[in-house]
Amino acid sequence: MSTHTLNPSRAGLLSAGTARIFKALSLAVAGLVLAGCERPIPESVQSGYRGTGMVQVYNARLLEVKTEKNQPPVALPAAGSEGPKASQVYKNVKVLGDLSVGEFNRLMVSMTNWVAPQEGCAYCHQLPNFEDDSKYTKVVARRMVEMTQHINADWQPHVAQTGVTCYTCHRGEPVPSAIWFKADHQPYGSNFMGDKSGQNTPLEVVNLSSLPNDPFTPFLLGDQKIRVNGPTALPSGNRMSIKQAEWTYGLMTHMSTALGVNCTYCHNTQSFQNWENSPPQRVTAWHGIRMARDLNLTYMEPLTEVFPANRKGPLGDVAKLNCATCHQGAYKPLNGAAMAKDYPELLKPALAAAKVAAK
Amino acid sequence: MAEYQNLFTTVQAVGPVHHGVELGHGNSPRTGQPVINYWLGKLGNAQLGPIYLGGLGLASLICGLIAFTLIGMNMLASVNYDPVQFVRQLFWLSLEPPPPSYGLSLPPLNQGGWWLIVGLFLTASLFFWWARTYRRAIALGMGTHIAWAFAAAIWLYLVLGLFRPILMGSWGEAVPYGIFPHLDWTAAFSLRYGNLFYNPFHALSIVFLYGSALLFAMHGATILAVTRYGGEREIEQITDRGTASERAALFWRWTMGFNATMESIHRWAWWFAVLCPITGGIGILLTGTVVDNWYLWAIKHGVAPPYPEIFPAMVDPALSTGGKP
Repeated sequence: MSTHTLNPSRAGLLSAGTARIFKALSLAVAGLVLAGCERPIPESVQSGYRGTGMVQVYNARLLEVKTEKNQPPVALPAAGSEGPKASQVYKNVKVLGDLSVGEFNRLMVSMTNWVAPQEGCAYCHQLPNFEDDSKYTKVVARRMVEMTQHINADWQPHVAQTGVTCYTCHRGEPVPSAIWFKADHQPYGSNFMGDKSGQNTPLEVVNLSSLPNDPFTPFLLGDQKIRVNGPTALPSGNRMSIKQAEWTYGLMTHMSTALGVNCTYCHNTQSFQNWENSPPQRVTAWHGIRMARDLNLTYMEPLTEVFPANRKGPLGDVAKLNCATCHQGAYKPLNGAAMAKDYPELLKPALAAAKVAAK
Repeated sequence: MAEYQNLFTTVQAVGPVHHGVELGHGNSPRTGQPVINYWLGKLGNAQLGPIYLGGLGLASLICGLIAFTLIGMNMLASVNYDPVQFVRQLFWLSLEPPPPSYGLSLPPLNQGGWWLIVGLFLTASLFFWWARTYRRAIALGMGTHIAWAFAAAIWLYLVLGLFRPILMGSWGEAVPYGIFPHLDWTAAFSLRYGNLFYNPFHALSIVFLYGSALLFAMHGATILAVTRYGGEREIEQITDRGTASERAALFWRWTMGFNATMESIHRWAWWFAVLCPITGGIGILLTGTVVDNWYLWAIKHGVAPPYPEIFPAMVDPALSTGGKP
């Protein structure tokens, strides 16, 4: 008693042509579906209590690329600290004057390798007058040495004993690859329609999401509130809006991309605000946000007038740093290679007498 | 040559198509010349048109088109009227509600003013279309189940864009008109209010959403499975229960001990579908107005499980260092 006996002419086999079309179509669909897959199958590593989704996802292929990119350069052989000081031999040495001539030259050569390997000494120095300050790059470099010392001495809650060198950010480039400028939120003028509210543009900095794409101006330069959650179950005066949450979300997406980690590297997604159940990395990251803000305000912004116009952003602001400037996709810059220990002069706090302003 | 037909062996009856009987006083004439399309008949009914537009339909279309155009023009303006970028960035583009600083006051056009205007027209369009579904059901002597199901969806829409923003005192709380932007808004909503998954009405809404899909699959599968016994003639089977109905009922009674009837399955499905936006809307309406942090609420009331602490004890560094390293 089936349709077949009642209606044999319509009973089921597809004609050869239809079958071929069907097969081609199935292949095309399967191809489309599989095109979204990542190769090889990513590895997921549990980092928290079971069932809470506390995992990190690693792609072995991309990890290899990242590891290769994050190799520190070999340190030059150490120089002796005896002999005359750099300040006695060279003129106009303001920050590194108490190094021996050997140590001083070793650092200068290292800086050339780290920052301007193509351009050489002349990138900063007005040759043959090494003491001449007329090139802006020299003034900036001097301030950056002070900044490096400041980071290593005063920001150990973030950089720990690993520390940083010029190479942490520069990686052989005169301008670090990941820097930021204030975004122009109205690039076409203040029209009467079409305002993007600082978001809704697919940019790498927020991992191609539609989130606000310059979360740095309010959070890594300004001191806007990052925390949007309230402290109580019921409303008790927390007026943070969903839009503000989107700005925070933008900053966090940047951090996740910059470090190559998931949200769960620092947060327990059960409650993003709760510190008790968060991984300890979150404290390090918290200090990192303050560090980036401090460096942008204390070191980068005051250099605005020193930089030529072609090094500035569309709004005429100086290049600034964010998490990606050092991290460049790694959970620790250079995957945690302790490079700074070979350059003890970069670990010392800048001498009070040597602290000079940008000019 | 009459032969037995069921769902799978439908014969497309082709004949002269016409507008149907004259409609009574107060009705518009139907619009469009009806046509028969063989391939359309493979999917549903082979006859396309005529459509009943009427005053409500026309008003709804005009309002909807104004809203659609204003959203599109704002998106186009946001890429400086570049058609290529408009297409490339389309999924990212959006018309954003006003910044929260404007509260419920009227903002400038480019600061959410357009958003309010679009909201007005879109809401009007939905209301006109709702009235149309109600009026057409009455005109056909039907019940008004469809209109009320549609009203449930409109309830959720109004909660998101009107009721909740008014209760919160800010248009900035509302949803942007954009593909990815509204999804990011949804995630930000959950982040701001301490994890929406601990909102029991959100949980209920998900139950009804997935439940609707499950019921739809179960019912569709059951009817297809008994169509060889005339099971797709569901309405006849309600009043004159035949072997199709008996077998379908027996299948579920055998497999899970209990079964729906040809009538009750449709009530189940209707309520599951309708309760999805109703409970969801309640959950959204309570968020921020009555409950500010769903995670803390769930901890307070024993809803969230306390997980063992496996990380070293940590305190908020803002408390221990006062913000200084």
